[in-house]
Amino acid sequence: MPLLRVFNRWLKNFASETQELFFFSLKMILALFRRPFYIPETMEQLYILGFGSLYLVVLTGIFAGQGFALAFSTELADFGAKNYLGRIIAISIIRELGPVLTALMIAARVASGITAEIGAMKTSNQIDAMIAFGIDPIRKVAVPRFIALILMVPALTIICDFISLLGAWIIAIFISHITSTVYWSAVFERLVFGNLFVGILKPIVFSFIIAFVACYKGFSSEGGTKGVGRATTESVVLSSITILVVNFFITKVVFSLIKGYL
Amino acid sequence: MIELKNVHFSYGEKPVLQNITFSVSSSESVVIMGPSGSGKSTILRLILGLECPQHGEILFDDENIATMKEKHKREIRKAIGMVFQDGALFDSLSVWENVGYYLLEHTRLSDEEIGRKAVEMLGFVGLNADEIIDKLPEHLSGGMQRRVAIGRALLSTNPRVMLYDEPTTGLDPQSAENVCNLIRKLQSEKSISTIVVTHQIADAIGLADRFVVIYAGELVFDGNLEQLRDSDDQRVRDFLAPFKSSFGEVAEKKFVG
Repeated sequence: MPLLRVFNRWLKNFASETQELFFFSLKMILALFRRPFYIPETMEQLYILGFGSLYLVVLTGIFAGQGFALAFSTELADFGAKNYLGRIIAISIIRELGPVLTALMIAARVASGITAEIGAMKTSNQIDAMIAFGIDPIRKVAVPRFIALILMVPALTIICDFISLLGAWIIAIFISHITSTVYWSAVFERLVFGNLFVGILKPIVFSFIIAFVACYKGFSSEGGTKGVGRATTESVVLSSITILVVNFFITKVVFSLIKGYL
Repeated sequence: MIELKNVHFSYGEKPVLQNITFSVSSSESVVIMGPSGSGKSTILRLILGLECPQHGEILFDDENIATMKEKHKREIRKAIGMVFQDGALFDSLSVWENVGYYLLEHTRLSDEEIGRKAVEMLGFVGLNADEIIDKLPEHLSGGMQRRVAIGRALLSTNPRVMLYDEPTTGLDPQSAENVCNLIRKLQSEKSISTIVVTHQIADAIGLADRFVVIYAGELVFDGNLEQLRDSDDQRVRDFLAPFKSSFGEVAEKKFVG
């Protein structure tokens, strides 16, 4: 019976938090279209979130691409199909690896930062001070970060895809001994509408997830510095898991809807 | 001007305030005292409309803040200045940006004009603007931060009511005295109604026209200094007991003064 009670309480908390997250997300979306627009804050966030995450995405992309290429080239060699390395790399990076890795890296770096910053502002009453001065903190604090994520996650994903393909190309040339022409023509063969569409759709959806979770966790953090630490951890864990789960469903849905274009 | 009628407030299932009723008239100074966790700061948050009571009315010029829409609350807040505990200055903004925050956000005044007004306000609150104007809040002492926070509240909306949440807590005696002097100066020069939340008895006696004591979420006393000293409510006596010697000394000074 106590176990049932614990489960019941957990279920209630889960439902209540999901509902709060939903309404908070709705507020953020509505706030996107309402004045005032905080242009300087948005530009600042574009720089911090975008340019600041570039090194992370480049490093991740190059090593992930090389790792994939190494693993695949050995397997393909067994079947005498090394020339198909470019195709497999292009599909796996553009459809899956690029968007997911970029989103996970940004969730780790940016979501934690956003939650910690907003949580600290809340703990020190700065959020209340904003409200007291007639400022909507969602518009002032959350929306610039939201816009920056919507623009920067897809941009960084494209960069990550390109760098990963380059990393894989290095392995193709120097380890698998495939010519550049063979590798790139195989890659371009898979750069079709369906793959590119999935490759852009996913980071846009992931940017929404990171923004909603990170801002919500920041605004709902309680319990001083310890609470901010807890909220930051929860923010990274929840956004990362949600990204992986949603990634699966997008892939599944897209496969059934636009199979002919893939 | 401000009236709380039968206000009940709870966080989830935990009751914080029960049946709170008191009023503050124009130019009056009321000090809310009580042990930590008794719900004093929550009263200020309710008046500012940051929280909504489950029952009761919070009237500002006969308008009920508790049932207002956020847009209307924003208008009411223009008449209320709030100095939060520890100042709540924006830590990524310099002193002049903090003091001129409202003007930066809500007006089209140039930075130079806002900076000039911020310098004037810093002078009014007794700070040397030249020394601190471009500094970040973390580089200021606690007392300076409180005075900057008061300046920010004053410059923002030209308030008719000022709310102070523990304005002298954590300050050295000299800084606390400076902050109290500034609050008194505002009352006398600008005829601003004042509500101060504190558990510093000496400061409370120096600032209050009237005292309200909150104990475990209930209002257990509402009256002047004489009535407070002579109160036979055990909860008031329990609260004042640790300060008995200083209370007598400061109260004596006030009466003699």
